[in-house]
Amino acid sequence: MLLDIATYILLGAEVTLSVIVIALPIGFFLGLSLSLLRVYGGKGLSTIVAGYSTVMRGIPPIVMLFVLYFVIAGAINISPLWAGAISLAVISSAYQLEIFRGALQSISGGQMMAAQAIGMHRSQAILHVILPQALRVAIPSWSNEVAIIIKDSSLVYALGVPEILRRAQFMSASTYQPFLAYGIAALFYFILTFGAGRLLDLIEKRMNIPGAALER
Amino acid sequence: MNKTIINIKGLSKLYGGKEVLKSISLTVNEGDTVVLIGPSGTGKSTLLRCINLLTRPDGGEIWLEDQEITQQGIDEENVRAHIGMVFQDFLLFNHLSALGNVMIGLTKVLKTPKDVARERAYRELEYVGLSEHADKYPGQLSGGQKQRVAIARALAMDPRVMLFDEPTSALDPELIGEVLETMKRLANEGMTMVCVTHEMGFAREVADKIVFMENGVIVEEGSPEKMFNEAKIPRTREFLWKITELYGHKKEKE
Repeated sequence: MLLDIATYILLGAEVTLSVIVIALPIGFFLGLSLSLLRVYGGKGLSTIVAGYSTVMRGIPPIVMLFVLYFVIAGAINISPLWAGAISLAVISSAYQLEIFRGALQSISGGQMMAAQAIGMHRSQAILHVILPQALRVAIPSWSNEVAIIIKDSSLVYALGVPEILRRAQFMSASTYQPFLAYGIAALFYFILTFGAGRLLDLIEKRMNIPGAALER
Repeated sequence: MNKTIINIKGLSKLYGGKEVLKSISLTVNEGDTVVLIGPSGTGKSTLLRCINLLTRPDGGEIWLEDQEITQQGIDEENVRAHIGMVFQDFLLFNHLSALGNVMIGLTKVLKTPKDVARERAYRELEYVGLSEHADKYPGQLSGGQKQRVAIARALAMDPRVMLFDEPTSALDPELIGEVLETMKRLANEGMTMVCVTHEMGFAREVADKIVFMENGVIVEEGSPEKMFNEAKIPRTREFLWKITELYGHKKEKE
């Protein structure tokens, strides 16, 4: 019984993981690019990006998911899984944008000046001097956002995508074992977020700059 | 007479309507060390930043050898690559080792192959006496060591001139000496240098010209002997007397 329920639910793991694996990198690159425009893009672009961020973060993810899903699915022929994952990526990009903006702004202006003083273009300075430092600063907050994406991937159940939560819901209804069904789903999400958290902690330690703690 | 490396003609700079540099004219000859002194907020740092175009002047011209670098459409990055700058607060790249700090300009700006760049960077660190600290990160170095890495970083680019913006002001007194020694050695080996500093011992010893600035103008300039012993303008004498006395007190404390 337990095994049957667990097997059925965990068959949705692939779908859930797909949603995460699509949403995470797209959200990352979109968020990072937008943060660069926000910080270095000049007044006009910066204002537009700030507006994007405010609007995106002011709407519940599930509502935004429906809005974006119907926009994307209406424009191109796309599976609910992809549409849902891309929607999640767009929502997350607003939060990641703020994470990276904070990290970029935490790097002192002197670093840019020193890079320019040895003849670097602004873009080179950003790529070789600012970003390597800012990304390290961003890891702890970004790790939090990864956990949020993992958990929010369950929202695509509302679009009928057969992922973990959707399957748990079905099992709960058909076996009258809601605690067991949702418990398995909960455990699955917890293991994912926990694992991702540990992995990022490890990366943070690995990327730690020797002596950096002394300087703060 | 030596050839002119930097020629500044009628340079002016405005900040929020206030004129911080008022028609400054100054020449720096090859191999010379020019020391800029003056009260804080008189535009010394702004002048240095104008020379390597980190700040855009509002009027006047700056010539680097036979090129006017203040003209429209100049390749600013290329100009800066040939002018070394050392800052008061070091501004080493925190995520790179000492060697990485010296290498990055070679590999990313001059596109030098990595192994050649590494060798060159190592030699520059050797020059400033830090070869055994090549793998250390800025957070693991003392202030004096950081500043010497910053000097090596600038030297690696084969600069036509080195600009020093109060290079010892952020250092503990016992660390000032090692940075000044490096600077003296550079000056004696014929590097062209413009230094904003109040280290009068250094100025007396190696400066070819001392320039006293106040309120955005050059009040007086001349050789160290002339400036210390027979400055024409009372304000110059007063200022030099004050900082020499301050410097003397610092010596006594040590």
